[in-house]
Amino acid sequence: MRSRPLKGENLAYDKDLMAAIATTRLGLGARAGEIVAARSDPQGWLTDQIRPQGADTIDPQMASSADRLAQYREFQTTRRTARAAGEPAPDPVKMAIQLIRRDAGPDFAGRLNLAAGTDASFRERWALFWANHFTVSATKVVTATLIGPFEQEAIRPHVFGRFEDLLVASSSHPAMLLYLDQARSFGPDSKAARYLENNGKPAGLNENLAREIMELHTVGVQSNYSQADVTEFARAMTGWSIGGLNEGDRSGKFYFRENAHEPGARDIMGKRYPEAGYDQARWVIRDLAASSFTANHLATKIARHFVADDPPPALVARLKAAYLDSHGDLAVVAQTLIRSPETWTPQATKFKSPYEFLVSSWRGAGTGPGEIQDAVRAMTAMGQKPLSAPSPKGWPDESAAWLDPDGLVKRMAWSETFSAQAVADRDPGQLADAALGARLGPLAAKAIGRAETRAEGLSILLMSPEFQRR
Amino acid sequence: MTPSFTRRALVGGALGVGVTLEFAGSHAFAAVDRTLARRKLVVIVCRGGLDGLSLSPPVGDPAYAALRGPIAIPGFGQGGGALKLDETFGLHPSMVQTYALAQKGQARIVPAVATPDRERSHFEAQDVLESGVNKVYGSASGWLNRALQAMGPAGKGAGISVGPTAPLILRGAVETASWSPGGGAEPDRRLPSILQDLYAHDPQLSAALATGLSTEAMAKTAQAQAVTAAAPATEDQTMAGGPTVAPVLRQGLPQSRRLGATLAAFMTEANGKQVAAVSIDNFDSHANQGASQGQLATRLAYLDAFIGGLADGLGPEWNDTIVVSVTEFGRTARVNGTNGTDHGTASTALLMGGAIRRGGIVGDWPSLQQAKLFENRDTAPTVDMRALFKGVLADHLSLSRAALDGVVFPDSAGVAPLRGLVA
Repeated sequence: MRSRPLKGENLAYDKDLMAAIATTRLGLGARAGEIVAARSDPQGWLTDQIRPQGADTIDPQMASSADRLAQYREFQTTRRTARAAGEPAPDPVKMAIQLIRRDAGPDFAGRLNLAAGTDASFRERWALFWANHFTVSATKVVTATLIGPFEQEAIRPHVFGRFEDLLVASSSHPAMLLYLDQARSFGPDSKAARYLENNGKPAGLNENLAREIMELHTVGVQSNYSQADVTEFARAMTGWSIGGLNEGDRSGKFYFRENAHEPGARDIMGKRYPEAGYDQARWVIRDLAASSFTANHLATKIARHFVADDPPPALVARLKAAYLDSHGDLAVVAQTLIRSPETWTPQATKFKSPYEFLVSSWRGAGTGPGEIQDAVRAMTAMGQKPLSAPSPKGWPDESAAWLDPDGLVKRMAWSETFSAQAVADRDPGQLADAALGARLGPLAAKAIGRAETRAEGLSILLMSPEFQRR
Repeated sequence: MTPSFTRRALVGGALGVGVTLEFAGSHAFAAVDRTLARRKLVVIVCRGGLDGLSLSPPVGDPAYAALRGPIAIPGFGQGGGALKLDETFGLHPSMVQTYALAQKGQARIVPAVATPDRERSHFEAQDVLESGVNKVYGSASGWLNRALQAMGPAGKGAGISVGPTAPLILRGAVETASWSPGGGAEPDRRLPSILQDLYAHDPQLSAALATGLSTEAMAKTAQAQAVTAAAPATEDQTMAGGPTVAPVLRQGLPQSRRLGATLAAFMTEANGKQVAAVSIDNFDSHANQGASQGQLATRLAYLDAFIGGLADGLGPEWNDTIVVSVTEFGRTARVNGTNGTDHGTASTALLMGGAIRRGGIVGDWPSLQQAKLFENRDTAPTVDMRALFKGVLADHLSLSRAALDGVVFPDSAGVAPLRGLVA
């Protein structure tokens, strides 16, 4: 493992506080004994979780995206056949419910169980960050069933590798190609478009994925690309598609459709890319990944997620430099985050998202999500409906998005119900020490100590500012 | 380069004619959500054997008045007379709110329905009604719980029972909630005040909690006001129907109505309950059951107030709701020697809700001619109660025939669902 400790950093915080911060701010909340285990070397506890093979697998048995697409296609064929035969077609809503229940629910449950039980919760948080960076949302039935495979196939293996590889994996995955409509984008002068036009089915360019790669995944709006750059990139990307049902081994997998590719050279952000088929867009992606705008955009997002809504400029600068110096090596970026003093500021300002709140509650109480529908209901009530990020931008990372009156009351109600079931005969004071360590303040400790029941004590812990923030 | 709203909307909204695949789009997905979340089912179990011939008196049946004697409900248009549904049937004059629903096509009667049980024992009959199997002690779980199971993930946590303990009908593998008035309905008020102290040094949390709590209090007050405001109207309507309202009725009505409104609140809140079971007791009217007024009239008024509170409380969501009110058995067609009635067979079920299909009585009316009475004493059943439930579950909650025949009502393949009851 590469270790690049920053020279000249003098971390003034004591090990107890750092262990608490490591497990709660950079991890997903401390499980019993975790803070104690991290105490001797809080930074090493984190860096030990970085590994070349990437994040943990959600479920090794999970169906591949190609399998899921085949199942989805079967469901559509059933309907179409029934209709063509003049028989009553199966209710599409019911069939869709079945697909989502069978696939998306267990995928999500697997992810929650992983988060609740993992000993490498920094690694998991790092994976969740990148999954949110490359959001695929369940706005279409088919994407709902592909989110799990997408995360497992395209995101998790690459989160400690080169960003460029992660970007290519995301941009060429069927889930992303469908979610952002790339699979049906045609070069206007491509053979396929001309053929379709002659047959009365005009088809054309779809800029959706090209735009989001530039705006959300890489350089960001601050790089001042133009609409012409987006269109040119979209033209370069034409042909990035998915093999159809009748296309044998290619079925349901990424497939470059030469016939749909717009011929010719492209001019993007001041650089000319000669015609090169698949490689044309691949070279654009390479350059986007290497851009200092991308370095700045990613560094800012990482610092905002891990440390503060208004990230310390010094931390952003460190992360950006690490990214550029390492040619986009995300393991190095993660190391840098861990070694930077700004990461360890005692003040906890980040307000947990509902997902983070539930996961850390389960970790603190030594339980898990239980019935998936309970977790889905709780998260939906708190404003974070599973698999349903509001846009390709993903879930917001600012406290203001989550710290609202209704959400807080919902958290309180959930805490009461959860605590009554989860506390059993355990001492809430000990649970609080184990969950927050040196971050537990005297006010909260006193309130927990004065609780009338164990369940009330656990509720107070979960709703304490120290636990709600990280 | 700021993303425009239009373009964002297109991300989810566009439907593709693709080279390789076509997609059911966001429309279908949104419909999934609606289907899962909106449709509601409430089953009211009237315990003790509710006299169907009083709930929906067949005053137009030539044999009715003679069989019933002093406990017969007077005919249409007479003082304390039945509220007319058709030429034969009316509703008991206590059932004013239910009658208002019926006039809107949102309440129908099933006048000769029974479980498969013929033993006339309260406990055995309730057991068969709730377990959904055709023999006593045939199952330790209830059919409504197994229906939640058949709903898959959507059924988890979707069920609630109103009453001190979970009734058999809702017991089983799927965890359900229960609530009863007076105990546990009010959340522990200690925690909010403890947290307010704890948030003293966190202005963001402190402000959010204060706003959140006051909103919640406002919602509660509004709900309570709606209930109290509506309660006097209930009594006025009852009085307008003719009979004088006994003092005990005055006390019980608002409570029953509030119970209905509270259940409605559980069902209309975000991620509210979709399926509920309610027990209303004390319908065992062996002596002095009364007619337009009296003991049974009072119990029916409570039932009616509960239904009214539920319907009004659900508001627009009443249109996605079906309420079925049933009892374990009916009572003898003839009045007994103590001006009451004894355990019988078929009784009346009420089928209500904005989601039902408008129509007349459900099932056939066997009539009260002596030769048609079951064992020469009871209303003869024409509808198996399981057929009624199966029809509602199939058409309203989209359960498959396989699940209904195999899981929800085992060994009931020969009992076809009553279809076409849902709009």
